[in-house]
This record gives sequence, C-alpha cells and structure tokens, in this order.
Amino acid sequence: MAIDGGFREFTRAYGETLENLFHPIQILLVFIEDLLIDSPWIIVMAGLALLVWLLSRSWKVVAGSIISLMLIGYFGMWDDTMSTIAMVAVCTLIAVVLGIPIGIVMARSDRANAIITPILDMMQTMPSFVYLIPVVMIFGLGKVPGVIAVVIYAIPPIIRLTNLGIRQVPADVLEAAEAFGSSGGQKLRDVQLPLALPTIMAGVNQTIMMSLAMVVVASMIGVKGLGQPVLQAINNQYFTLGVMNGLAIVAIAIIFDRSTQAYGKRLQKHLEAVHG
Amino acid sequence: MAEATHDIEIRNLYKIFGPDGAALVDKVKAGMSKEEVKARHNHVVGLNDINLTIPAGRIQVVMGLSGSGKSTLIRHINRLIEPTSGEVMFDGQDIVQMSQSQLRDFRRQKTAMVFQKFALFPHRTVLENTTYGLDIRKVSRREAEERARRWISRVGLDGFEDSYPNQLSGGMQQRVGLARALTNDAEILLMDEAFSALDPLIRTDMQSVLLDLQEELRKTIVFITHDLDEALNLGDRIAILRDGEIIQQGTGEQIVLRPADDYISSFVRDVRRGHVITVRTIMRKGERAETPVSLPHDTLLEDAARAMTGVQTNAANVTGPDGKHVGTITLAKTVAEMIAPDDTEELSPEVSAA
Ligand SMILES: Nc1ncnc2c1ncn2[C@@H]1O[C@H](COP(=O)(O)OP(=O)(O)O)[C@@H](O)[C@H]1O
Ligand SMILES: [Mg+2]
Repeated sequence: MAIDGGFREFTRAYGETLENLFHPIQILLVFIEDLLIDSPWIIVMAGLALLVWLLSRSWKVVAGSIISLMLIGYFGMWDDTMSTIAMVAVCTLIAVVLGIPIGIVMARSDRANAIITPILDMMQTMPSFVYLIPVVMIFGLGKVPGVIAVVIYAIPPIIRLTNLGIRQVPADVLEAAEAFGSSGGQKLRDVQLPLALPTIMAGVNQTIMMSLAMVVVASMIGVKGLGQPVLQAINNQYFTLGVMNGLAIVAIAIIFDRSTQAYGKRLQKHLEAVHG
Repeated sequence: MAEATHDIEIRNLYKIFGPDGAALVDKVKAGMSKEEVKARHNHVVGLNDINLTIPAGRIQVVMGLSGSGKSTLIRHINRLIEPTSGEVMFDGQDIVQMSQSQLRDFRRQKTAMVFQKFALFPHRTVLENTTYGLDIRKVSRREAEERARRWISRVGLDGFEDSYPNQLSGGMQQRVGLARALTNDAEILLMDEAFSALDPLIRTDMQSVLLDLQEELRKTIVFITHDLDEALNLGDRIAILRDGEIIQQGTGEQIVLRPADDYISSFVRDVRRGHVITVRTIMRKGERAETPVSLPHDTLLEDAARAMTGVQTNAANVTGPDGKHVGTITLAKTVAEMIAPDDTEELSPEVSAA
C-alpha cells in the first residue's frame, strides 16, 4: 500500500539519524542492566530493599520484596528479572520526564487540553502490540525500539494525572498565591506541583504498571527480560516455565505497586484532617 | 513598620461579568438595570459606578448581603478581578493601568489579603504559610522566619509553628491567615469576610485582636462583612452595597441615625443603638446643667446613661474635643434615643448622611 511504501522510504531516509538520536537511551539502559546483573546479588538485593524501604517505610513490604527476590534467584530467573527491572526503570524515567511537562502544559492551556486529550484516549484504546508495528518498521528489533514502544504505551496516565492534579488545586488557594504577588512560575513550583504531587504519584504508579505489562509484550521485538521465557513457553507449550516467569512478573509488579502507593500516601499525610 | 499614608480612591468603577461586558458599560451608565442586563444580554452587573475614598490608616467596612458585590469590589483593589471600566488610584498610580510586573510588585509590597475560607497552603506548616509573602519576594530564609515568628506570636499561635493547617481549628487557621498577611508588612490589608466562617465567640475575639493590632499598626484596612454588628464594631467608615451599587456611606453612627432608605432601615432596626450613638448627636447645644457629671462628646449613650444613673442625676454636661463645655444631655432623652429613634427634635447637622 502507498502508506506502507511511504513509511519504508521515510525509514530509509531518516532511520539512521533517529537511531543516533535515541542512542543515549541504549547507553543508559545497558548501564543500568549491567549494574544490576553484574554486581554481586547480595548488594543488588540490599539496594533494592533500601529503595523499597525509603518509598514504603513498611517492613512488611520490604520483607515481601526480599523473599520474592530470593525465590526468583533460587529458580534461576535473576538475570531476566534484573533486565526487566532495568527496562521498567528506564521507561518510567523517560515517561515521567516527558509526561509531567506535557501534563503541565495541558493544565495551563485549555486549548492544549482539548488537543491532547483525544490523542491520549486513542493511545489508551489501541491494543498494546499495535504500537510495535511502526516502531519496528523505523528502528528494527532491539532494546531502543522496545523502550520507545513501552514509553508510548505507558505515558498517558502520567500526563493525565499531572493535568488532573494541577487542575484540582483549590481555586481559593491559588487566589491567595496570586494575591501575594506570585509569578506564574512561583505558583507552579510552590503551590500547584506540591499540591498535585500525590495525584502525580498515582500517575507514576500506573505508568510503572503499564510499563511492566508492555515490557512483557515487547519481548516480541527482542526486549530481554521475563517476557522472553514467557514467549518461549507459549510457543513451545512449556507450562512450568510460563507459570514461573509469570509469577516473577506478578511479584515485581506487587513490589512496585506497594512501594509507590505507600509513598503516594505518605505525601498526603499533612492533608489528613484532625479538625473538621 | 509600614504605616499607611495614602488613601485608596475608587472612581467610576464598573464591573460587568460576561464575555462582552465592555460593550454594555454605556448601557449601564445610561441606566439599564441589573435585571435588564441579565435578561436581555445574559451578563451580570457586579459593580455599578462605585465611588469610594478609603482613608489611609483607617478601617473601611464594606457591608452588604450575599451577592451584592462585596468580594468583587475588594478584588479590584489588588486587581484579582479586572474592571470593565474605572480607576483605582493609590499613591498617584492607577492600579487598573499597571503592567503585570508593576501589579506583582504592588501586590507584594503594598497589599496583603485575608480570606473568608482562610485559603491557607495545606502543604505548608504554619511557619511556612506565614513566610509565603516574603518567600516569593526572595527575602532570606532567616529574616523571613524571624519576622514570621514575631507575627505568629502576636496572633497567639506560639508553639504551633510546625503544625499543618488541617491540624488547627477554624479560629486558629484564621489567625494563621492574619499572621501571613501581617508578615507582609504592607500598608493595605484586604479582609474579605475574614471572620464570617468563625463561631460567634471566636469571631468577636478575632475582632478584638484586629482592633488591638490596628491601634498600633494604623494600616488601611478594607474589611468586608455581611454582619452589621461586626461592621459597627470595626468600621471607622462603612459603605453599604446593594446590587453592585453603594447606597450609603458614612460612619456607623451616621448610618444608624439616618438610614438612606427602607432597605438600610431594616438592617439597622435591631442594632444596639446605645452602643453606636454618641452624646454629641443628641445634646442640646450651648445649654449648661447643674450636675456633677461631665462627659466627652464622643461618649456612647450606654456609657452616658450608666454615668448619670451611677450618681443619680438626670443630666450631664458635654465637653468638646478641646475639653470646653459644648452642651447638655438629659437622662430621659438618652434612654429614649437608645430605645427608638426620636424624631421630634432636629439632630445636629454633623450627623446628616454622607
Ligand atoms: N466570575 C463571575 N462571573 C459571573 N458572575 C459573577 C462572577 N463573580 C461574581 N459574579 C456575580 O456578581 C455578583 C456579586 O458577587 P460577589 O462579589 O461575590 O458578591 P458578595 O461577595 O457580596 O457575596 C453576584 O451576582 C455574583 O453571582
Ligand atoms: Mg463574598
């Protein structure tokens, strides 16, 4: 078809430039992946446990994480799990770095809001592997196209919830900031973002969960990690392999979820009403 | 301390809410009523030809029922609302004409505001709320906290510096609101129904706090209220608003004695007159009575009656601002005036309505 042809031409003309543009992502991803896989497992485990503690401040969640990671190691899924965690970390980071500013723009301009909202709606109704097609056509197989596909898939919630969080800031509080002579930037930094932060964190949480789901799908285009054994299991009907890796994915999903949710809750501590 | 030296002069101020307000100003000037503007053009007349001089260093109360345009009016002084037409002059400058950066500086340095629903920053502690005005002016942390602590202490919140607003009662939250405004050290203090959300006892409490502070600060305070008792207690001058128009302005005494129309009469009917009217208003000029009681001309009728009954006499002499004798009052007249208006005699000319 004509569109397909056009697409191929575009890829031929710009593919290399684009690949160079996205090369830093590859470097970052490989660096984190190597760090997690090559360091002694006990140090990695301690580091992850510390991170979970800092986020959740809950011994239960920390203990659960350690036990899960031990089991993952025991059943020989350590390296794949680390690849997946590295991938989710990088994708989430990119989604947050891109998504928060877009959310801010949407919150400040009703026009931007009207333009971007339908795009997000469309992105969220599209089946996840549809994203893989154009990405593969441009970038081929590999890590970077994987990251791009995952980020595109996982970015809507962080954008939406940043927008929502800022728009939910009470008008009277904003008026007070205005009355004291705040500039637009000061209002954003000192009032809107801090008050939107719990909502933004809920967006980060959703983005992490969606990254994780998509990382598994992206194993189809050569992303390493827990998705690959699952894919292999499907193709060859290895039941145990599928279940084991599936459980590992569930385990780290729960760890991510509990940690970020607990962190989001702690951010709202000061909002708990003591007086009515 | 920034003692107020400049009046705020509001001239021919109109605010018509709606997308095409500017086009309707001329019609409103020509006399089109609020109802007509609403029915024919679906716009809301917020303010209709407001002219008001708010004296420096005094408390100007703006009173009116809900929806009369009080919040709209006070927000024109720091231009949180853009006028449709008119001027707001302060220190030789028209606030309406200021550029955005001039306006920001004006808000930062000349004004501070206290809100009906407190509008504190929920994510900031009491101390951090109080330093807000200084923070955005980039005053150093140390100086900001030092100044904030002083005001937190003045409003009676010692020990609550590190609490969050939601941990405080309504009355305490509004003390934070007051401390936050005072820390700005601005000439103009704008208070939009600042005490309306508080319980009656706490409310009178806060009124005393404000009057005590004003005794020493002498700021230009614009205080909005829908409560006549509060208006009379606080206001050096009172303006009454209805449907976006000022229908009477003057001192509390002038308004109670000479309500401009039935609407205001119905407002002032239940007021404690003896608590508002002064002996100057009801005295017989020039006469002198044989009595041991001598009262300054601005003594309230309640206090005068108490002074006379205290020594069981039926009359008192009145002295002017310079301490010289100016006239007399009788106990009978005093009590009669406290109970109901007595129209049989002419009131002295200085209390005729403004
Ligand atoms: N943004 C707005 N758009 C349209 N009408 C408004 C707006 N703000 C206030 N009004 C109207 O202007 C009138 C005065 O409102 P307001 O100043 O809030 O009264 P008050 O403070 O005395 O209760 C009311 O009729 C109100 O409905
Ligand atoms: Mg109001």
